[in-house]
Amino acid sequence: MSSITTREVPRGFTAAEYMTCLTGIVWREGLRFLHQRERFVSALVRPLVWLFIFAAGFRQVLGISIIPPYETYILYEVFIAPGLMAMIQLFNGMQSSLSMVYDREMGNMRTLLVSPLPRGFLLFCKLLAGTAVSLLQVYAFLIIAWFWDITPPTIGYLTVLPALILSGLMLGSLGMLISSGIKQLENFAGVMNFVIFPMFFASSALYPLWRVQEGSPYLYYVCQANPFTHAVELIRFALYGQINWISLAVVGACTIVFMIGAIFAYDPSRGLARRGPAGGEG
Amino acid sequence: MTNPAPIVEPREMPRPDPAVVPALSIDGVSHSYGPRRALMDVSFNVQPASFTALLGLNGAGKSTLFSLITRLFGIQTGGISIFGHDISKSPGEALRLLGVVFQPRTLDLDLSLTQNLLYHAALHGISRREAAARSAALLGRIGLEDRAGSKVRDLSGGQMRRLEIARALLHRPRLLLLDEPTVGLDVKARADIISHVRQLVTEQGIGVLWATHLFDEIMPSDDLVVLHQGKVLAQGPMNRVITESGALDVNTAFMRLTGAQVMPGGGA
Repeated sequence: MSSITTREVPRGFTAAEYMTCLTGIVWREGLRFLHQRERFVSALVRPLVWLFIFAAGFRQVLGISIIPPYETYILYEVFIAPGLMAMIQLFNGMQSSLSMVYDREMGNMRTLLVSPLPRGFLLFCKLLAGTAVSLLQVYAFLIIAWFWDITPPTIGYLTVLPALILSGLMLGSLGMLISSGIKQLENFAGVMNFVIFPMFFASSALYPLWRVQEGSPYLYYVCQANPFTHAVELIRFALYGQINWISLAVVGACTIVFMIGAIFAYDPSRGLARRGPAGGEG
Repeated sequence: MTNPAPIVEPREMPRPDPAVVPALSIDGVSHSYGPRRALMDVSFNVQPASFTALLGLNGAGKSTLFSLITRLFGIQTGGISIFGHDISKSPGEALRLLGVVFQPRTLDLDLSLTQNLLYHAALHGISRREAAARSAALLGRIGLEDRAGSKVRDLSGGQMRRLEIARALLHRPRLLLLDEPTVGLDVKARADIISHVRQLVTEQGIGVLWATHLFDEIMPSDDLVVLHQGKVLAQGPMNRVITESGALDVNTAFMRLTGAQVMPGGGA
């Protein structure tokens, strides 16, 4: 009886198996997202508050000169829209990565990680699925923003897609790297204070960098070194059908570094051990 | 001439045949959480087509062991193989042969039964069409085919467990791990699940490792591994473990081995 002797198992995996796994993970994440309306609404309300209230208030304070990729004077709302798109992805990336490392999704991570496919690939699929969810949020935001007179060229809605995928992957893997590597940042408030706010404010999301430079040259360098600035600029240019090569290079390189780091640093025992070795112990 | 049909006796555990590759082999595994040692030099095998009960109190190290076998924790010392495939060196081959039912529920409550199964199948690279066919068959087997489209949230505890077992079988593993699968279930649901898993052993030749602290889930024909405070205190066919400890039943045997107080009612 073959079951009693060594069982022949296929070595390795076919491309079709990898593809099935990837689409399965993204499909499930999409289904879950559809069931979590509160998450969707809160992800959407946050940038809209910035757009409707903050931008309206600052419209008179901040004049924006003509800087690429814009070809005319623009309203402040139009300027910050790409920053808010990146903000959606920043929050989404941090939230979904945090839940991967800590116990909220532990049950799901358990079932994911007993998949025979390579663990690095599974985590990559997870990050890609998180990015896919952020895309839904960003496009929903763009639709509402369109009624608010933020009307990039039609082709921009398409050309921004690859930029969003790349920036989503970068922010998701950064979130995973941070939550795996820094023990203190195990709750969202910590991540918000020490990661999200500094990254968001020290970037070109809310103000053009030449303005920052006038105020503080040091802060300017900080902003320049902030990968989030480059995510924002990559999205900003792509939304107008252009490529900001420097930003593309920075975001691309950061994505690779963060993702490799995140996959190496990921340790599922952390989320389990946090409840103490007695938790879930039988 | 054919031999006369053998008299059916309580099935003795098939004696480990050196030529037979064990379904699961745990070899000298130790694990610590910082200074606390959760497992100390644990070694035992689970044979194919056998039911091995891993008996231990809460905190004995059962779940740690499960986390090591399923690669949630990295192995610190020792080795684990599934049908001869070392889980550290060739995890892909090893995990293909492994099905797991974890102690905490790991289903997506908002998704339907079928969606849960299809997701699991995708994680094993099983094509959508094949996955749909297998899911339907397994749902039929656990008597939930008419609930295929309902949300898992609407199932009872026992139904969820049956679904988790069906899910663990979707990729046709040869080794099934179950970590206290009957905890929190009523008597009927418990009995259903135990008999279902025992059928898998006899009909499909699956090797089962069943972690429990409930003595009445163990049968005389089972293999027994007694785990206490991270150490294996006894192992072998249940009858032998009982005899060797000089006891008459498994409760007393367990008590003598561990020095633990056993509560009336068959639970430790």
